[in-house]
Amino acid sequence: MLDYEKYLRYRTFPVPWCPGCGIGMIFKAVAMTFSKLEWEPNDIAVVSGIGCSGRLSTYFNTNSLHTTHGRALTFATGVKLSNPDKHVVVFSGDGDALAIGGNHFIHACRRNLNMKMVVINNNIYGMTGGQVSPTTPTGFISTTTPYGNTEPHFNTVELAKAAGATYVARETVNRPRQLLKVLEKAFKHTGFAVVEVISNCHINLGRRNKLKHPIPMLDWINQQTIPIAKAKDMSEDELELKYVVGEFVHRHRPDYFEVYENKVVKKAKGE
Amino acid sequence: MSEVKIRSGNELVVEGAIAAGCKIFGGYPITPSSEIAEGMARELPKVDGLFIQMEDELAAMGAVIGASLGGKKVLTATSGPGFSLKQENLGVAMIAEVPVVIVNVMRGGPSTGLPTRGAQGDVMQARWGTHGDHPVIALAPAFPEEVFTTTIEAFNLAEKYMTPVILLLDEIVGHSHEPVELPKEGEYEIINRKYPDKVEDLAIYKREMGEPPLRPDFFMGYPIHVESLEHSDQGYPNTVPENVEVQQKRRLLKIENHKNEIIKYKTHFTDDAELVIFAFGSMARSALEAIKLLREEGIKVGLFQPITIWPFPEEQLKDVVKDRDTLVVELNWGQLIYEVERVLKDNKVHSLLKMTGMAITPNEIIDKIKEIKNA
Ligand SMILES: Cc1ncc(C[n+]2csc(CCOP(=O)(O)OP(=O)(O)O)c2C)c(N)n1
Repeated sequence: MLDYEKYLRYRTFPVPWCPGCGIGMIFKAVAMTFSKLEWEPNDIAVVSGIGCSGRLSTYFNTNSLHTTHGRALTFATGVKLSNPDKHVVVFSGDGDALAIGGNHFIHACRRNLNMKMVVINNNIYGMTGGQVSPTTPTGFISTTTPYGNTEPHFNTVELAKAAGATYVARETVNRPRQLLKVLEKAFKHTGFAVVEVISNCHINLGRRNKLKHPIPMLDWINQQTIPIAKAKDMSEDELELKYVVGEFVHRHRPDYFEVYENKVVKKAKGE
Repeated sequence: MSEVKIRSGNELVVEGAIAAGCKIFGGYPITPSSEIAEGMARELPKVDGLFIQMEDELAAMGAVIGASLGGKKVLTATSGPGFSLKQENLGVAMIAEVPVVIVNVMRGGPSTGLPTRGAQGDVMQARWGTHGDHPVIALAPAFPEEVFTTTIEAFNLAEKYMTPVILLLDEIVGHSHEPVELPKEGEYEIINRKYPDKVEDLAIYKREMGEPPLRPDFFMGYPIHVESLEHSDQGYPNTVPENVEVQQKRRLLKIENHKNEIIKYKTHFTDDAELVIFAFGSMARSALEAIKLLREEGIKVGLFQPITIWPFPEEQLKDVVKDRDTLVVELNWGQLIYEVERVLKDNKVHSLLKMTGMAITPNEIIDKIKEIKNA
């Protein structure tokens, strides 16, 4: 048995993702991270929203909760509040995290509960068949932008940073080693940690944008990928549509419980 | 001697929730319910509980469901617009069978409506607000002590039947300050959810037809999965028609089969009454006052006051009213009257229905009764 297998809920397999989908790779990377950190399955709750990414909670052999579209973080907040010493890991797609769940996302960053969030950004609404998402690159064709997306796209990392997340990183499914590294750091971090993983949806995004097979789509992601060190010397125009990867934020701010215990409970109890 | 306190309905919800063992409150402020959030923010940290003000009502509903799965008794409170926002996640608590208590202090609607005025316009939303077929328990206390005990009852029912329970106050009940003498600890029953001795095959939803699940909480040693999709006995997504039928029916029947244990109601002066008023919440208060005044004039009227609105007290209402005429008094333009008419289909059912932002007064009820009598 591979050391991460105890985190896989084999009885719910096969997984529902299309052949070549990047979610499977992220699934494995997270399971390997659990294993590396020696987290007990019983001490973990995996909470997810709705979408292809949202289906992940079903396949982890931990405590798990599949919620509503965009709201995973709110349920996760409750799970964490009820069990501050347990690990809570949230999965969301780009639509889940940034469109319908955008408000919860910024407030979770601000609140700084000690939870981990993996945003799987495939730049499209995968599950529902390829409608435009807040991260779909401008100009791309989707089923609801048949003439090309005219709206500007979100930058997940900048949003998380500005909202106060205390650990923020971005990686892509093409960089498994680096992904494992940031996942480990994020999961060890005390505070709200966001890892955005750029993933390939060749079926519902690629197909309509001349990237219909996994390899060309992954190649395209690679071409857009710029390591953070290199990006420092590039202009905003040069970075347009690029995925800057690496660690963006790693800072300490007292987490929610620390503050609550010290500033609320003690006063309420008159200590 | 027991202590007499002055309390508003909203404050009594806070005291009832703390007495019931509520440990986590997630909310978002809205008139006329905010005093509940404020009270919980003050009281919870004293009892090793936790208050959180979420970013909206969807979030508040999600947070309390998550916390309940984590093993805590939880409360959220809102009013009209917020109750509308909670509906989607309320469905999660229903399909996943998670005990939560949701207070809706009803105000005038629709939309932003009349934020500071009482109404009883959300009783059908409480029944059918979230999509799909689903079980519901909704309670509507009227008198101060009843608000306290019904809040405890809401927690007890949620834990016993593994289901959300909606506590419907209206602005008048929520905001009226009155003297009240509360029962002491030990004088009321507290029910906690039951856990299975062991979980075979992780089948956390496998029970006899019509029984609530016996499910461990998260982190109790079983890798359980809790789903918003229709699911198997293990909680895994499942669309096999035979399974779907079993799961849907079990959830509906867990309330239906136990409705006579769940349903609470009161009768006032019904024995010798010529006519029985049907009214709940603040309107039961108006009706009772009217009945007392009418009796001074020798006009004998009684009151059937449901405390459980859903499941609707069908048999109880029929038993009490028998073949007498009924008058339905509701602070809306007609909602529960459809239930009353359905149940009392051979009786004459009169109505006094109104939603102007003002209470229906005892005098209006007296006039209506006299009009019926003289017709
Ligand atoms: C309230 C609500 N609105 C819409 C939907 C339909 N829906 C399901 S998944 C989804 C979008 C999924 O896209 P994303 O979040 O990016 O995840 P992906 O499937 O690409 O992983 C939508 C719109 C829903 N389930 N609930």
